[in-house]
Parts: sequence; C-alpha cells; structure tokens
Amino acid sequence: MAIMTYVDAIRDAQRQEMLRDPDVFLAGEDIALMGSSFGQTAGLADEFGSGRVLDTPISEGQIVSLGVGAAAMGLRPVLSLDFCDFLGCCFDEILNQAAKMSYMLNGQTSIPLVIRANLGGEIGAAAQHSQCLEALFTHLPGLKVVASSGPRLAKGLLSQAIRDNNPVMCFEHKGLNGISEEVPQGEFTVPFGKAEIKKEGKDVTILSWSKMLRKCVDVAEQLEKERIDAEVIDLVSLYPLDMDAILASVEKTGRIVIAHESVETGGFGGEIAARLADEAFDFLDAPIKRVGSPFTPVPFSAALERNYQPNEEKIIAAVKSLFA
Amino acid sequence: MKLAKKEYLSLYETMVRIRTFEESGRRLMLEGKLGGFLHLYSGEEAIASGVCSELTDEDCICSTHRGHGHIIAKGGSIPKMMAELYGKDTGYSQGKSGSMHIADISIGIIGANGIVGACIPIANGVAFALRYKKKDAVAVAFFGDGSTNRGTFHEALNLASAWKLPVVFVCENNGFGMSTPPTRSTNNKNLSERAVAYNIPGVTVDGNDPVAVKEAFAKAVKRAKKGDGPSLVECLTWRHHGHYIGDPALYKDPKDQKKWLSEEVDPIPRFEARLQKEKIATAKELSAIKAKAEEEVQAAIEFAEASPDPEPETMFEHVYAD
Repeated sequence: MAIMTYVDAIRDAQRQEMLRDPDVFLAGEDIALMGSSFGQTAGLADEFGSGRVLDTPISEGQIVSLGVGAAAMGLRPVLSLDFCDFLGCCFDEILNQAAKMSYMLNGQTSIPLVIRANLGGEIGAAAQHSQCLEALFTHLPGLKVVASSGPRLAKGLLSQAIRDNNPVMCFEHKGLNGISEEVPQGEFTVPFGKAEIKKEGKDVTILSWSKMLRKCVDVAEQLEKERIDAEVIDLVSLYPLDMDAILASVEKTGRIVIAHESVETGGFGGEIAARLADEAFDFLDAPIKRVGSPFTPVPFSAALERNYQPNEEKIIAAVKSLFA
Repeated sequence: MKLAKKEYLSLYETMVRIRTFEESGRRLMLEGKLGGFLHLYSGEEAIASGVCSELTDEDCICSTHRGHGHIIAKGGSIPKMMAELYGKDTGYSQGKSGSMHIADISIGIIGANGIVGACIPIANGVAFALRYKKKDAVAVAFFGDGSTNRGTFHEALNLASAWKLPVVFVCENNGFGMSTPPTRSTNNKNLSERAVAYNIPGVTVDGNDPVAVKEAFAKAVKRAKKGDGPSLVECLTWRHHGHYIGDPALYKDPKDQKKWLSEEVDPIPRFEARLQKEKIATAKELSAIKAKAEEEVQAAIEFAEASPDPEPETMFEHVYAD
C-alpha cells in the first residue's frame, strides 16, 4: 500500500498496464509534453516513448476513431478526452462506432477501448466544463460505464477498464484530484459490476457514485447523531449494474435515497428508481427518493454554483423526508 | 501502366462480379425479397477494382454505406454477403449487420459504415495499428464526395499527415452527396485540392478507368509504405442509380445520366471495348467471365434463400465481448 492522490492513482494505473501489456498505448490532447491538465499522464511519455504516449491534435472525433480503428486491430487504446463536456465533439464515434462495432460485426473483432473523461463542477468552470454526463452513456448498449469516488477505485477501475475487451467510459471527477488515500502498489484491478458498501446500516440506503459518494458518507455520519442508521453504497459501475447489491440493501432498510451530481431529470437515478419500483415494491416502506442537480446548465458564479450541486443538507433533507 | 493479360482480366472480372451482385440486389429488392436500405455501387466499379488489385490480405480497407463493391474487390464472400442482405443466419453477421456494416476482419475488411465520413478517421486508427505492429501494409479509406464536407475528413487528413500514417484516402466522387452535387456543397473545382491544406499529394483521376485508378493508387501505396504519409486520390465517377433503391433521383440531369450510362462511359462496356481493341481479350472470353459471375451470384441467392433465419436469442449475442 502507498498513499496516493487521485491523480497519481490514475497515472499509476496507466503505467502499470503499459508495463504489463505492450499493446496498451495512450492518446489524447496534451498528455505527452504536458502530462495532461492535472498531471494524470506526467512522465509517461518519457518512460514509454512517443510511440506509446501520443499528443493528438484537438480532434476529438479523430481521437476516438483512432482508438476504434486501433482496437479493431487488436491494440488497447487508452484515450484521454479530458473534460466529459467535450464528449459532444465525438459522440458519433462513441455511440455509432465504438459501442456498436462488436455487435454489427457479430464478434469478428472486439473494441477494447478506454475513454477517460472527468466529471464535475464546484470549481467555477461554468456550463461547458462542469457537467456530469455519465447517464448519457448508460443508454448505449455496447458500452461499459464506471465512475470512481477516490484514488483506490480510480486505479482499480482504470486498470480493469484497460484489460476489458469492450469500450469502457471511465469517468473520473476533477473535484477529487487532491484527495489522497491508501492504494495498492503494482498491478491492481477492481471488478466491474460490484457495488461497494461503504457503511453498513439498517434504516435507509443511500446510493451514490463518483464524488457525491463522499458527501453521502459524511451525511451518514451526521445522521448517526440523529439515530438514523444509514447504509451507504458506492455503485462503482453503472453498467454493468449491481442490482443485486441494491436490492439486498433495500430489502434490509426499506428506504432509499439515490444521490448524484448530474442533473436529476434523466439521471441514472431514474433508471435505478424504475427498477426498484418494479423489483423491490414489496420491500419499500417509503417512496424512492432522488437527489440531483436542478434542470439548468451549471452556473459560473460561486454564489450560484454553491446552491447548484446537491450538498449534505439536501441529502439529509431527502433522507429525513422518508421518515416523516 | 502496362499490365499482364491476367491482371487486365482480373480487373474486368472484379467489375463484372460487382455489377452482377448489385443489379441482382436491385432486382431482389424490387421483388420484395430484401428489406432495409440498399445503396448500389453500380457505375463505380472501376474504383474498387483498381484500388483492391493493389492490396494484399494484410492491407486493410474501411468502407461506406455503399460498400458491396469494396467488399467484393477485397475478396469478401459473395454468398455470405448475399445471405446477410437476406438477414439470414449464414450471413456475415448472422443478420445483425445487413448491407451497411459488412466486414471480414480476416482479410482486412474492417467494415462498411452507415455513417457518412465515419470510416476516414477509423482508417487512421487501423493504419496506426499496422505501423505499431510493424506490418508492411497500408490502410485505405473509401468515401464519397459528400463526406469530404464532414469534420471527420479534415480531422483525419490532418492527423494522417502530421503523423505520416500509412493510409490512402480514396474519394469516390460520384456526383452526389445523396442528392446534392459537389458544385452546390463546395467551392472547390476538384476535391483533391483539399489535400493542399494538409500538405499531402492530391490527385484527381478518371474513376471509370480501373487502370488509371490502379496506377494513381499504386503511387499512393508506395509513398505510404515508405513512411512518407498519406495521399488523397479523387476518382471521378457516376452513381448509376439513386442514393438508395427507392430514390428515383429526379434531381439528376437526364442528359448527364444518359452520358454516364452510355457504352463509352460506363466503366464495364468501356473496358470491354478497350480490351478487345487492344487485343487483350476476345468477346468470347469476356462473355465467359460475365456468365461465370451470373452463376456465382445466382448460387449465392440460392444459398441465401435456402439458409435459415437466425434464432431470436442470437440478437443478444456480441453486444459485449467476453
């Protein structure tokens, strides 16, 4: 184990997988000379050479297509798209190319491709650099979608994504960059489709992912003082979805709050709520509650943004409403 | 470019096999035997034939929605493609792909593509992989005039030039992006002029002459394999039919249509006349090739019609790889 920041963990995952498999290469904007916006690829070009760590032009469609073509030929591209907001510049390449190729070709080839992109606001980056767009990609069969809530998961999920034989949307959160925790050294993977129970509890389930999960852990501590014993689950991967873990928790608690930073309308919480309504109706003692951002673009001013993303108070209010 | 008799006949045979496949497909669709969209390559056969005659199985092609010709010329299986058009279990993708997504990775057909212009930057990825794996091979992107107005074309030419990728861009200028001619959608006399912006060679050739296409393409392959980077080869041709079967193409000028479909311009009768005039082949030899193609396609139709439908549960296969 070593103490690593979120950024270091991301960098270490790429380094370990490049050491392990010569077919892994990195491509993206500003990843070689600059080492990425936040240093997620710092030093890797020096270590592995310009043939495996490639600065691309600002051509997002080409970056993803480069990955699709190379992956179809058996390489394992890891593409850095930086802010998830930029995924709009390469949406066809993700939704019509990467996601569907294995299917259209009936398995003649697979597309082992990783797209790294960061989610999240609360840094005054305004409407085009702050979104949480993970739900968009859960609507596309053929993609896997994961989101890390800290350094250990960032390393484990990215390493797993690089080994996966499918296109994986590997979402990071730029608001976690400075967070440090113990992370296993050397090769380390975390399986997809396995939610993690961060705190056991019996009164209410709080389900979340990415940075919002950390707020939920804090919320659970605060609720303890009010004698509400919350169970906190980190979903870890949106697809594959660990519905069994959610059902088992709700069967125990009878109540659930699903919290995410993305806009509540059309957010992935809605899909989980619908499934719970279908599969867990008999266990539920209260309505399924969602907490997400309001249906507006992310505002710039701190005075506005601090009221935009769900905070601890909003999550606590949602939890308490289930006991009213 | 002087070729051996075998090579001339091979170019001819490929063109004839494509035309026979396409016109049979047209008939089958009009008879209601095929569903979906069918974008026919009739009239453009000289391009696929000329280009693919310079390729080996190691070389890779990325194709378009109008891809049957490329697939046949690259060595794809006519029975498997026909069965795919029928949506049968014996088709290239067991009925998951239909006309627009046929691929045969084992012989370097990385896939047709239903999105205009999408295959161009993907071909760069293929070229990158070929170089990464130190193969003495090239990737080829086929695309129409319409795709040269997509960002994908420009992003791809820029990257391929910057990285000197072993790729050749083959623009099939068939006169129409669906209904819109390049004269309405661009301000370029020739689309090959666009190569200048990316500091790569760009040529415009007679796309109804398989030998002219082969010659221009061979130069581009040589350059790409030497490590000097990509080229843009624009081939001027004409789409005989509408954008798809069912499009009456009322936007075409009948005078142009008549000219391009005449025996002097249609690549197949034109090449037949040349082969006979230059005493490379006799009328008898050429008709034998035509008869063989008819038989081959007829057998493919029979194979497809006798093949079973895919089982419903196969719909769920290959969404994800293991």
